Amino acid sequence: MKPARKKRLFFIVFLVAGVTLAAGFAMYAFNQNLMFYFSPTDVKQGKAPVDKLFRMGGMVVEGTFKKEPKSLKVHFDLTDYEKTVSVEYEGILPDLFREGQGIISRGKLNAGGVFVAEEVLAKHDENYMPPEVAESLEKAKKKLDNKAKNNQQSGITETTK
Amino acid sequence: MNIFGSIKRLYHQFASPPYFYRISGLWLPYIMGLFVLLFAAGLYSGLILAPIDYEQGEAYRIIYVHVPAAWMSMFIYIVMAITGAIGLIWRLKLAEIVMISSAPIGASFTFLALVTGSIWGKPMWNTWWVWDARLTSELLLLFLYFGVMALYNAIEDKRTAARAVAILALVGVVNIPIIHYSVEWWNTLHQGPTITKFDKPSIHLSMLVPLLIMAVAFKLFYIGSLFMRVRTELLAREQKSKWVTQLLETKSN
Repeated sequence: MKPARKKRLFFIVFLVAGVTLAAGFAMYAFNQNLMFYFSPTDVKQGKAPVDKLFRMGGMVVEGTFKKEPKSLKVHFDLTDYEKTVSVEYEGILPDLFREGQGIISRGKLNAGGVFVAEEVLAKHDENYMPPEVAESLEKAKKKLDNKAKNNQQSGITETTK
Repeated sequence: MNIFGSIKRLYHQFASPPYFYRISGLWLPYIMGLFVLLFAAGLYSGLILAPIDYEQGEAYRIIYVHVPAAWMSMFIYIVMAITGAIGLIWRLKLAEIVMISSAPIGASFTFLALVTGSIWGKPMWNTWWVWDARLTSELLLLFLYFGVMALYNAIEDKRTAARAVAILALVGVVNIPIIHYSVEWWNTLHQGPTITKFDKPSIHLSMLVPLLIMAVAFKLFYIGSLFMRVRTELLAREQKSKWVTQLLETKSN
């Protein structure tokens, strides 16, 4: 390669490396601000802002969804499988909202530690499959769970013997 | 040495405007023909043959436009950065023209990805738009494309303009890995990658095949429309050269 071209190649390499480094530092510095939501663990640890609107994301805990009669008010728990926070919301829920589904809600913590949401967004996952496949997966999972349970029980009985 | 030499010769041949003009003209009908075939096959298999999704029902089918468009938006920007670097180092006119001709096509795909994403977001997420890392970095990509086009048009001398644009394209390329990894590095409303990851794709095969057909169709469309743009730009820039006047003479006869 001719020296002039080599010089220009080095210039480009340095340019791209420099910009990448700068962008890396900037993203590192603004890491917190780039997070779209807090997890229930963050909220329990007091990392979320007090008296200010923020977003909390997690999974709706199975069996915790309750609807108040004659109103749009609903209660459910949100978890990241470590900590759980109770949520209260009044309004229309997105179509994808259901127990076990990931959601993101925007709101404030009240004095009782309950998250009062003003907006609920559904987060869908990256899996796409026909309903029949989802059903058979669900069945297989249940089978496995039962098996694991049985194994555990038999294990317990063995140790107690 | 012989193989290397012939590759080099082919490269130089391709970079010569009259040769490129002739060859691209020969290929263009086949590229566009294949695009139409694959696009029709992709749409039919995606919108009619593919099964519904277990969670999103029929609505997920917008994936067949949204995801290929989003892939193209990033792919075309990478093409711009690479041809920009080639133009900077070797001062190749054809590389500069490929770079600048890619910009409007890339901007259109980015716009398409943003709009289809928004239309998909309303029923599924319950919002048209949020400022999460994925959506924001993709919007930044659209502005980068606009910047490239504006900068090119702001400088009178097109060779100087191409050099300035190449630097902008190279600076902006840092945004591409940010777009791709945004859903893994930060909490976002947008879900993680379905296909572009090291794991097995988390989409059923019957839904994946139409998506890949559409992705190839979109690539062909890009190559076809790029060729058309490059050919026009070549004629405009080289209008005083011998090969263009010769071409005009044979066309008018």
